Amino acid sequence: MRMRTLVLREIFERKSQLLTSLLAILLGITVIVSIKNITFYSEKAVAREMDSLGANVLVLPKSVTLQDYYAADMQGDVIPEEYVTQLAMSDLQGLDNLSPKLSLPVEVRGKKYTLTGILPKSEFQAKAAWRGAGIFSRPIGCGAAAGVPGAGQPEDKRTLVRKRVIDNLDSKEVLVGADVAAALSLKEGDSVELLGQTFGVTAVLPQTGTVDDSRIFAHLHTVQDLSGKGPVINAIEVVGCCQEISNGLVEKINRLLPDAKVVTITQIVESQFKMNQLMSRLSTIFLVIIVLVGGASIANYMYANVFERRREIGTLMALGADSFLVLRIFLLKALLLGLAGGVGGYLLGTALAVAMGPHLAGVRVLPMPILALWAVVISVGLTLAASYFPARRAARLDPCATLQEI
Amino acid sequence: MLRMESVTKTYRHRGQLVTALESATLAIGKGDFVAVVGPSGSGKSTLLLMLGGMLSPSAGRVLLEGQSLYDLNADGRARLRKRRIGFVFQTFNLVPYLTALENVEIPLYLSGLEPGAQRARAVSLLERVGLGDRLDHKPGELSVGQQQRVALARVLANDPAVILADEPTGNLDPETSDQVIEFFEEVNREGKTIVMVTHDPRAAQRAKRTLRLSGGTITSEESGRERLHVA
Repeated sequence: MRMRTLVLREIFERKSQLLTSLLAILLGITVIVSIKNITFYSEKAVAREMDSLGANVLVLPKSVTLQDYYAADMQGDVIPEEYVTQLAMSDLQGLDNLSPKLSLPVEVRGKKYTLTGILPKSEFQAKAAWRGAGIFSRPIGCGAAAGVPGAGQPEDKRTLVRKRVIDNLDSKEVLVGADVAAALSLKEGDSVELLGQTFGVTAVLPQTGTVDDSRIFAHLHTVQDLSGKGPVINAIEVVGCCQEISNGLVEKINRLLPDAKVVTITQIVESQFKMNQLMSRLSTIFLVIIVLVGGASIANYMYANVFERRREIGTLMALGADSFLVLRIFLLKALLLGLAGGVGGYLLGTALAVAMGPHLAGVRVLPMPILALWAVVISVGLTLAASYFPARRAARLDPCATLQEI
Repeated sequence: MLRMESVTKTYRHRGQLVTALESATLAIGKGDFVAVVGPSGSGKSTLLLMLGGMLSPSAGRVLLEGQSLYDLNADGRARLRKRRIGFVFQTFNLVPYLTALENVEIPLYLSGLEPGAQRARAVSLLERVGLGDRLDHKPGELSVGQQQRVALARVLANDPAVILADEPTGNLDPETSDQVIEFFEEVNREGKTIVMVTHDPRAAQRAKRTLRLSGGTITSEESGRERLHVA
């Protein structure tokens, strides 16, 4: 005979009574583990997505309401290309790359696409006036574009999707999005006619899952000529140093370009952040509810268990059990209940998260062992706390009264 | 061995003061076998529980081997019971989800014996009461007489000096009752002191002495080889 024998035998003898309380704990831990697991990977995916965007500041016309980062330049309003010069000539610290864009709707073989004009780096560097004060004379490397594989090597134009800027682009060259290339059966070296002009396909861009896949990229000045709007652009993508952004880079750009709207990527994905925060808060509220409901269920069960076993407790005391031993018997039972709820909840919650994560959040979810510790600590803490007063009542029972033999 | 000095027990029941035992003084020597008889509500069980350190008196003292039981706290009395006192109940009070063997192991576990030693001792005791082939049976799988025999094996587990039995034959048929009383006589011959509350005159006759209670007062002591000191 050991204490655990005494406790386990009792648990299995009356398992049906225990089931409701165990289910309450199990279900609660399952849901919380599941939400936490999915939220973690969802946040991670958003962070990764943000990183992959490269540019983290946008300069736009004042009137623009931005919904989609990738479509930032696909609204009708324009700002002068001069803004690019102002930015490049400024003494603002923390600007890594500038990528002005102008977009036009085009139709190719009966299908509608977006022709986007981009300005290659070589254009900036060709302007002697920029070279002295310009951003490209400064060392760079703090922005998201830094450290891109292949940097310093001969340019692969397909890196546009990551770097948001390329070094060279001829006026008769285009880069083609993955969807456009697939739909029009275009490959590198082919030619395509846009708005009456023939362009050579320099590269087919890799799939990004964004509207960029349906774009054709050409030299900014070529697109400006085709649009007939003059030296204007729809947006400037800026790769800014995160540290500088947090030190007020956006405000400084705003002061420099008062007629433009400057937004950060953080603002653009704010709704996603807010959703994640809401999920996080909901999971906290849910946790509180589960703790209260589960705790009440456990406490209720334990009180009933103590009442049901009072004769047994009295017998143990008559045989020489002291109050501390009785207390330990009930707390050990609570501990085992908590362990079962925590471990079971973690396993079920993880399985649920792995299975449902791709459907609910569109992300691949992997098991998080740290949540096992979290689940067990919460579950055991809850069952011990909820069982303490019932256990203390058991320990303080009058053995004589429990035997009911006076 | 056991002494009660002017012990009174009163309690309140629905606002009324009830006297369960009044000014009881008695002495029970080592190796004695005392039957306590009397009508229901006369205070028999109260007296027994007080002797076992389970119910504190309103006045007076209860001593076991010179130690005043109620000068100890509840846990101190529990430890004393574990070493020196065994209880036998009318309804056996076996733990329903444990086997016969495990029930007998409980007092041994409480005394801190190793599981192997617990098992060896419990097996030996159950064999002594004729239940060597029922070790793994739960109380619900045993007859009433067998359950009481498990309780008897359990009471001997820690080799107590005193056995307090409350109506040990109350739920048994005459034949099984005889076996239980024979068991008490046997362990009494081995030197254990027995105090047995009973309604059964045949069982009481088998004790060395009989103590009669009425209305919470010890009214008489019927002859045995020794005399009880009756207040």
